[in-house]
Amino acid sequence: PPQMRGPRSKALPDRALVNCQYSMATFSTGERKRRPHGDRKSSEMTLHLKQTFEAAILTELYPRSQIDIYVQILQADGGNYCACVNAATLAVIDAGIPMRDYVCASSAGFVEDTALADLSYVEEASGGPQAALALLPTSGQIALLQMDSRLHEDHLEAIIEAASGACRAVHAVLDRVVRDHVQEVTALLGD
Amino acid sequence: MASVVLSEAEKLYIVHGVQEDLRVDGRGCEDYRCAEVETDVVSNTSGSARVKLGHTDILVGVKAEMGTPKLEKPDEGFLEFFVDCSANATPEFEGRGGEELGTEIANTLYRIFSSEGSVDLKSLCINPREHCWVLYVDVLLLECGGNLFDAISIAVKAALFNTRIPKVRVLEDEEGSKEIELSDDPYDCIRLNVDDVPCIVTLSKIGYRHVVDATLQEEACSLASLLISVTSKGALTCMKKVGKGSLDPESIFEMMETGKRVGKSLHASLQKILDEEESLGTTRQKVGFLG
Repeated sequence: PPQMRGPRSKALPDRALVNCQYSMATFSTGERKRRPHGDRKSSEMTLHLKQTFEAAILTELYPRSQIDIYVQILQADGGNYCACVNAATLAVIDAGIPMRDYVCASSAGFVEDTALADLSYVEEASGGPQAALALLPTSGQIALLQMDSRLHEDHLEAIIEAASGACRAVHAVLDRVVRDHVQEVTALLGD
Repeated sequence: MASVVLSEAEKLYIVHGVQEDLRVDGRGCEDYRCAEVETDVVSNTSGSARVKLGHTDILVGVKAEMGTPKLEKPDEGFLEFFVDCSANATPEFEGRGGEELGTEIANTLYRIFSSEGSVDLKSLCINPREHCWVLYVDVLLLECGGNLFDAISIAVKAALFNTRIPKVRVLEDEEGSKEIELSDDPYDCIRLNVDDVPCIVTLSKIGYRHVVDATLQEEACSLASLLISVTSKGALTCMKKVGKGSLDPESIFEMMETGKRVGKSLHASLQKILDEEESLGTTRQKVGFLG
C-alpha cells in the first residue's frame, strides 16, 4: 500500500499551485526498480495526480501559494495510481484543505466477457484492457479516466459501471474512517 | 540534512542543559529515545525492517538476486546499498534534492560493511567465479527526526536478520554446463548470521559534553559529531568525524569509550527484540503501517 504524507502550503497569482511527486520504493515491485522517481512512468503518474487534484481542491481560496502532495509507494501489487489517489484524498482532508468532494479511484478490466474491478498485478500483467477511473462520488463526476489496450465500445459501459461501483464502495470506507477519526479527536479535545 | 530553525536562546538552553546531563526531553546524555523495530513488513522482499526512533522513520528492504561475483573476490557474494530520501521527509528532498545525503549515507554503509567478518560473504557464493547471491539493501527515509545513521544501521541489521535466501542446488550436466535449481519451498532457505554486523553510534559534541541519539534541535547546536561503528562484542570497526567544528584528542577518546558502552547495550536490546519476534513466528501480530 502506498504511504501518504500531509500536504503543506509553501509559493502563483490567483490560485494555489498543486505540486505532486509520485515515487516508488526500489523494493516495491517484484523486480528491483532502479530509479525511484524521475523516470517516464513516474512523471506520467505525477501529472495524472496533479490533474486529478486540481479538479478537486478549491484552489481559488489560496492564491499565491503551493500545495505539495508527495506519494511514496512502499509495495506495488496493481492499482498503484488508484491507491495513490485514495491515500492522497485522505491526506488532503487530514491537512484541512477544502475539497469539492472525496476523490475515489479504482481500476477495472475486462476478461472473458466479465468486467473486473480493482485489478491486482497479475491481472494487469496479463495484457487485457484495463481502465483507471477517478470519481467524485456524490456528484458522479469523473476527474480522470484512462484506458489501455483495445476494448470494444459496447463493453465500455460495463467497465465504467464496475469501476464506479468500486469507487462508491471506497468512498463509503473513506467517509467512515474520516468520521470516526473526527469523532475521536473531538472527544479527546472536548473532555 | 533536514534542518530546524532555532533561536539563540533555545540553543543556549539546550547547551546548558546538556552540561548538567539533562536534555530537553528528560533523557540523560547516554540514553536513546524509545525505538520501535518491526521486521517483515514488506512481503515481496527477501527481508525487511522498519525502525521508528522518535520522529525518525526508516524502512529497509533487502532483495536477494543472482549475479556474478566480483573479479577480486570470486568466491564471495556481495552487498549493494542504495539510500532513497523520500520527499515525504522534507520538501527539500523533492526531485534530486535528497541525492547528496543519500550517497553520503550509502558510502558510509559501504565502508562499514567492507570490513572483514561483518557479514559472512562466503555463504552467499553459489558457484565460484560464476554465480553468487547479491543482496540489494535499499534504505528508504520516510521521516527525518535526527540521528539518521543510528536508525539506519539498526534497520539494516534487523532486515539482514530477517532475510531469507532460497536454497540453491547446482546440477551438473554431462557437457559440464551447470544448471541452477531454486528450491520451491518458501521455508527452505538460508538465513544470515548477523552477530558480527556492526551498528553505528553517533556522538554529537555539545559544549563540553557529548550526547548519544541527538534530535534535530540538538544536532543544530552541535558543531561536530563522531560516528563509530561498534559490533556486539564492543569492537570498533570504523570511525568517522562529521561536522564543521573540530574535536580535540581527549574528547575523541572519551566519545569512543561512551560509544563502545552504548553500542554493546544497543546490540543486546536489539538482539533480544529480534529473537522475541522470531520466536513468535507466524503468530506474531503485525502492526505494519496502520498502528
